[in-house]
Amino acid sequence: MLLRRTLTAAVAATVALATLAGCSGDDGPSLTVYSGRTADLVGPLFDRFEATSGIKVKVRYGDSAEVSGAVLEEGDRPKADVLIVQDAGNLGQVNDAGRLAPLPQAAVDKVPAEFRSPAGRWVGLSGRSRVVAYNTDTVSQADLPATVDGFTDPRWKGRLAWAPTNGSFQAFVTAFRVLEGQDKAEAWLRGIKANEPRVFPNNISIVEAVGKGEVDAGFVNHYYLFRLRAEGRAGKAENKYFPAGDPGGLVNVAGAGVLQGSKKAADATRLVEFLLSDESQRYFAERTFELPVVPSVQADPQLPDIEKLAKPEVELAQLDDAKGTVDLLTRLQIL
Amino acid sequence: MTAVRRAPPATAAAAALVAGLAVLPLGYLVLRASEVGFSRAADLVLNERTLRLLGNSLGLAAATTVTAVAIGVPVAWLTTRTDLPGRRALTVVTALPLAVPSYVAALAVIAAFGPRGALARWLGPLGVDALPEVYGFVGAWLALSLSTFPYVTLTVRGSLRRLDPALEEVSRSLGATPFETFRRVTLPQLRPAVAAGALLVALYTLADFGGVSLLRFDTFTRVVYVQYRGSLDRSGAAVLALVLAAVSLTVVAAEARTRTRARVAAARTARTARLVHLGRWRAPATALLAVLAVVALVVPVATLVTWLVLGAREGIDLGETAAAAGRSARVSAGGALAALVAAWPVAALASRHPGRLARWTERLSYAGYALPGLVVALSLVFFGARVARPLYQTVGMLVLAYLVLFLPQAIGALRTTLGQISPTLEDASRSLGAGPLATARRVLLPLVRPGATAAFALVFLTAMKELPAALLLGPTGYDTLATRVWATTSEGFFGRAAAPALLLIVVSSVPLAFLALRDERA
Repeated sequence: MLLRRTLTAAVAATVALATLAGCSGDDGPSLTVYSGRTADLVGPLFDRFEATSGIKVKVRYGDSAEVSGAVLEEGDRPKADVLIVQDAGNLGQVNDAGRLAPLPQAAVDKVPAEFRSPAGRWVGLSGRSRVVAYNTDTVSQADLPATVDGFTDPRWKGRLAWAPTNGSFQAFVTAFRVLEGQDKAEAWLRGIKANEPRVFPNNISIVEAVGKGEVDAGFVNHYYLFRLRAEGRAGKAENKYFPAGDPGGLVNVAGAGVLQGSKKAADATRLVEFLLSDESQRYFAERTFELPVVPSVQADPQLPDIEKLAKPEVELAQLDDAKGTVDLLTRLQIL
Repeated sequence: MTAVRRAPPATAAAAALVAGLAVLPLGYLVLRASEVGFSRAADLVLNERTLRLLGNSLGLAAATTVTAVAIGVPVAWLTTRTDLPGRRALTVVTALPLAVPSYVAALAVIAAFGPRGALARWLGPLGVDALPEVYGFVGAWLALSLSTFPYVTLTVRGSLRRLDPALEEVSRSLGATPFETFRRVTLPQLRPAVAAGALLVALYTLADFGGVSLLRFDTFTRVVYVQYRGSLDRSGAAVLALVLAAVSLTVVAAEARTRTRARVAAARTARTARLVHLGRWRAPATALLAVLAVVALVVPVATLVTWLVLGAREGIDLGETAAAAGRSARVSAGGALAALVAAWPVAALASRHPGRLARWTERLSYAGYALPGLVVALSLVFFGARVARPLYQTVGMLVLAYLVLFLPQAIGALRTTLGQISPTLEDASRSLGAGPLATARRVLLPLVRPGATAAFALVFLTAMKELPAALLLGPTGYDTLATRVWATTSEGFFGRAAAPALLLIVVSSVPLAFLALRDERA
């Protein structure tokens, strides 16, 4: 009796909640965004877009690979209109599966060719440079090698940190393979591995460990240093940028695309255009310490200019062989 | 023993339906894995690394399980059967580590035992300058043992409360000491409950990602995540996940084998046992539990409080956090209730009508629990977007996900309690004219309540901290405490993660405290 009543109540509650959830969407134009970037980073931009366009933005936040995975599993019945992720690689993979719709040429043209898909299916929104974070107490400027190759020197044995599972790290390895060839990339990985780097789960924990002096240097993205500084937790960490052409200084992008099959493609495109506006680009420069991709907007004064940074000599769209990188890292027993 | 009777068709059908839901993720994996050519599948699986990782995973699972049992059983006995001071508070406190997400437990272990942790700072002046390396096996074992032992405690508590005290009283009257009685009389009767709890710990450890990745211990689940996150290689990840599922279901089968050899004395009364007077053991027992509480709960909470201080200068959005807490509590309670209802027929079949059907429905029910959470969440995205479209991205979908993910926790607790209730009681009720439902309500439910309570608490606590399903399957914008913690830690804003993480622990303690107190009175 009780059991049946409980069961009935549970079913009724589920149906009621499902109905409620289904009804809430019918009040004016709205967009659904799958975001691999967190609300802390991009939420204010969606609020601003809502205020200026009158279009409500519903956002599902998640890990970049996970929201991209959801897009792939949903297939030709997408729930989202716009996909925003941390890594150009994910956009490439989603595009390879035929899930991205073409963007208008005017929007695509705002972004330099190396930071977008050649067919105009996705655009970069903000750049992040690969750097080496080092501890200023244990490493002097003079000790730092000029290129990322220098870290294979045995004097770095036991002093390095890396995060081989991290998407940005893997994109850097892919760029290394594209720029300098599979053999050189493999030689570099073997060289660093021989120096017995400490393995970390992500960039932020490397920068924090560098700041505390647990390790002397680590391979990371440039902006974590500034975010940790804002919380007063950067310690003695500092960034070393690499010269143009060095794969160690690859500039990757977080980017966006409109989903194939979205019934609100026009509004979805408006959102992507808004994210490329000067206002949004300034937001990335000032609030997330990233590099604006639109040339007319300046980076934060603490950062080198995106033009002076490694002009990567590789189009991010070429970095689509993530599987090859995972296989290489697996074969070398790094993953 | 009463002869095994045929299962009522309604129970059998319900159990089969539940098992069907639980194997959805497995079906998805088979579909995805079949897209890989045989040679690539062989490359992925048949290599030296796979063996090494499986060794790591099984070694960690074995060590964690043994430790969790060694901690969990004494804690359950001390808090239910003795005159330990502050029993009720300790009941709640020793269950709460379940509410600590494993990555928070991992960060706490690093903060306490890491190279620059609290212990190193205290021992430094005493001349101890090198602690054992916390990263790797030791750290993962510590963090997982401390966050999973309540699985054993809660399952065993439910069972302890249903034991017939007469046997123990006979043992005492024949001159056995309390400890001898515990070892020789109580413990053998608890064996099914201990095994059920241990199984939950072992499978949780096999499927954990957050803890092992922060503590840098290479396990099979970590490789499944790497394969997926690195290249969105769904098929490759599916092949590896199927290997993990095979291993886990072997563990489930092994546990079932120990169970068939154990004989359980059916309780004929619901009389409560007399409390054991600890006497001079009172102080050491209290001290031991206090130390446990400090390591398993106070250290993580203290870690969070330091973050809170760091984050305070940026301000904390209390209103939003409170709203997320409400959503977390509602959806977790819904999931716990759904799992409890779904577990009933499976547990009834397993304890009352053993046979091939019972064996298979129960084993298959573990399929979702034994897989990495991300794999299950994505399989349900596939199912939701293509089959259960009206349900997809609703609260109902999230409740269904929790049912699929955590069903075994409810089955384990329910089955052990049902197994202790003699079917003769039901026979008596039926022969006196009560129908099956009236019998369930008036005879079975009151007797099974401690087990049902434990089942609810286990699923509720685990659902509160669950992440991949909460991110991918709920309504868009439905943020919970767990997703808020994730959103801030993943970008390194630890300060802002503290408030939701602390609230997660506080909210979890409320139903636990309520249940513990009601349990006392029952």
